[in-house]
Amino acid sequence: MRGVALFLAALGFAVAAAAASPEDRLSAVFEAIEANRVDEAMRRIDALLRDYPNFRLAYLVRGDLLLARARPLLTFGNVVKTVPQDRIEGLREEALARLRAMRSRPSDDRLPRYVLQLHPGQKHVLVVDSRRSRLYVFGNDQGRPRLVADFYVTLGKNGVEKTREGDQKTPIGVYHVTGNLPRSKLTDFYGAGAFPINYPNEWDRRRGRNGHGIWLHGVPADLYSRPPRASDGCLVFANPDLESIGRYVQVGTTPVIIADAIEWSDAASVDAERRSLNAALEQWRADWQGRDTERYLGHYSQRFGAGGGQNYAAWAAHKRAVNGAKSWIKVELSRVAMFRYPREGDFVVVSFEQDYKSSTLSNTMRKRQYWIKEEGRWKILYEGAG
Amino acid sequence: MHKPAAPYARLRRGLTALCAAALCSALPARGDDLQDASKFLKAGQHAQALERVNKALKAKPRDPQARFLKGIIVTEQGNSKEAIEIFTKLTQDYPELPEPYNNLAVIYASQGQYEKARGALEQSIRTHPSYATAYENLGDVYAKLASQAYDKALQLDSSNSGAKNKLSLVRELVREPTVVAVAKEPSKPKEPAKPPAAVAEKAPEKPTADSSAEVLKALNGWAEAWSKKDANAYLSYYAGDFKTPGGEARPAWEKTRRERIAAPKSIEVKVDSPKVTLRGSNAASVTFRQDYRSDKLTSSNTKTLELVKADGRWQIREEKAGK
Repeated sequence: MRGVALFLAALGFAVAAAAASPEDRLSAVFEAIEANRVDEAMRRIDALLRDYPNFRLAYLVRGDLLLARARPLLTFGNVVKTVPQDRIEGLREEALARLRAMRSRPSDDRLPRYVLQLHPGQKHVLVVDSRRSRLYVFGNDQGRPRLVADFYVTLGKNGVEKTREGDQKTPIGVYHVTGNLPRSKLTDFYGAGAFPINYPNEWDRRRGRNGHGIWLHGVPADLYSRPPRASDGCLVFANPDLESIGRYVQVGTTPVIIADAIEWSDAASVDAERRSLNAALEQWRADWQGRDTERYLGHYSQRFGAGGGQNYAAWAAHKRAVNGAKSWIKVELSRVAMFRYPREGDFVVVSFEQDYKSSTLSNTMRKRQYWIKEEGRWKILYEGAG
Repeated sequence: MHKPAAPYARLRRGLTALCAAALCSALPARGDDLQDASKFLKAGQHAQALERVNKALKAKPRDPQARFLKGIIVTEQGNSKEAIEIFTKLTQDYPELPEPYNNLAVIYASQGQYEKARGALEQSIRTHPSYATAYENLGDVYAKLASQAYDKALQLDSSNSGAKNKLSLVRELVREPTVVAVAKEPSKPKEPAKPPAAVAEKAPEKPTADSSAEVLKALNGWAEAWSKKDANAYLSYYAGDFKTPGGEARPAWEKTRRERIAAPKSIEVKVDSPKVTLRGSNAASVTFRQDYRSDKLTSSNTKTLELVKADGRWQIREEKAGK
């Protein structure tokens, strides 16, 4: 009986070990160290390095475990000889970022404030917490996000809030995946593959931000991962992690929200904001369909700019002329998605399928709007094809 | 006690020696060939040493002393392959001996095979948990392995970072019965942790507490001279008829002691919980815990000094490990 139990326990352990990510295993090493089970820590780190011989951080930990047997350690990553300190510092920061993420996962009732609504076709949304060097994957649970996975991510050498070409920063904002570049089309530098995102988006351009080529991508074959701040602005993942992320990504559809530090909220607050925005959106649609041009125009901010670069006055004059000429208009919206924009306060990116029919013209398009709150009312700051 | 007859070859590094009494008596006596081989080895005449040791082995092919000596000779000749074979075979035939493991490790380390060196040293310590040389060497191997791991962590080229390994080859299978330690700041214990217990065994001539205090003073003076690396002062604590631990002649013993005291950069010897037993007015023994620390070695063990009072001074007549 006891033998069977032991066998099952061993089997369970083996299964768990097989499923454990390198990060889980590193975490187990630190747990063993903390519990003063140093021999176990050594066995675990050796096994981890056998499976992931390019995991540099694991070598640093192994070095410490060995050196501790020879002399007292003065610091984590107690490299004795003179070496570039930034390299050690990078590994220390990676260790901290990974441990912090493992030990303080968001609880189930916490939601990122940005994901107000996913449309039915969006299976997942990726949300990046730059300060924690973490990408969280949320599944679409009837329009609401549910955490399904999270990964360590390397960001720009100079941090976040990209504004200029070559500033080696990662942009903050709401983006989406625009492509899928397989390994075969890339050099080894990008590892397992790459997923470009649409930086600079309309809002970035309006703010005069430039630069290009922000991708989610992997690492060269001789690396397992890179320190938290090491890219030229891209979001860089361990190759196995990038492959996992690839299984969640739909090109042209999956949102990528990059925040400085994720603002977490609760379901009730997120629901309230979603309802308030949906009401504003519905009113906009109804006023447009009702051909009440002044009420319709009242939904737009005085600072409004259209995709073509028109200002509010020119655009309003155009709308008055166009709408006035119709005898009827019918507007239907579907597949509505809404994301608050990080760092911009009450600023929401809304996108939807717009089925427009009128006495003179019909068309269907995907539209993107930026809604902001002005004097307590939601107003449209920008709209264009999405 | 069996006297190790092997000449004491010059050591690359302060070699430690712990008592291995059981081992001493278990080993067969060595013949002249072996003694000669040792002398040639010491003189750097490896070919002659090898010839003699082979001769000894012809007579007694399994003799561990001879095989061990041959291992050292071929090591010095740079024949690592054969040395590894010899020491490996010794660990198989005599798994209880720590020295062959230690020397295997030294050779592996010299080849940059630090994981193998580590394995052999860990074996050595499993065999003899108090084997100081193996600990010291293992410390170096761990540090070396750590350095390699750091190089991998930081993507540095390990190949040229090879600080020469400084592991100690053990030159003798039978070790001296005293701890050869060496040290640093003078650390005369001003006040022994516990007041010394003076135990009069027979008390024929009314030994007094004064005698105990004198013995302790001598003990502390001895430790202080050692800690100061003052070999003359240190040796002055030994009686003219001091029984050298290996039975060697006094000058040879003194020479070894001077070398050992000179080798480390610093030495610190602490005396802890001394217990004096008086045997009449002119004889005493003191048992204490000796904490020895140098830049090369740290050890802690119990030691007993037998002292006699001559010319008005307490002097060491015999030095024993343990009680």
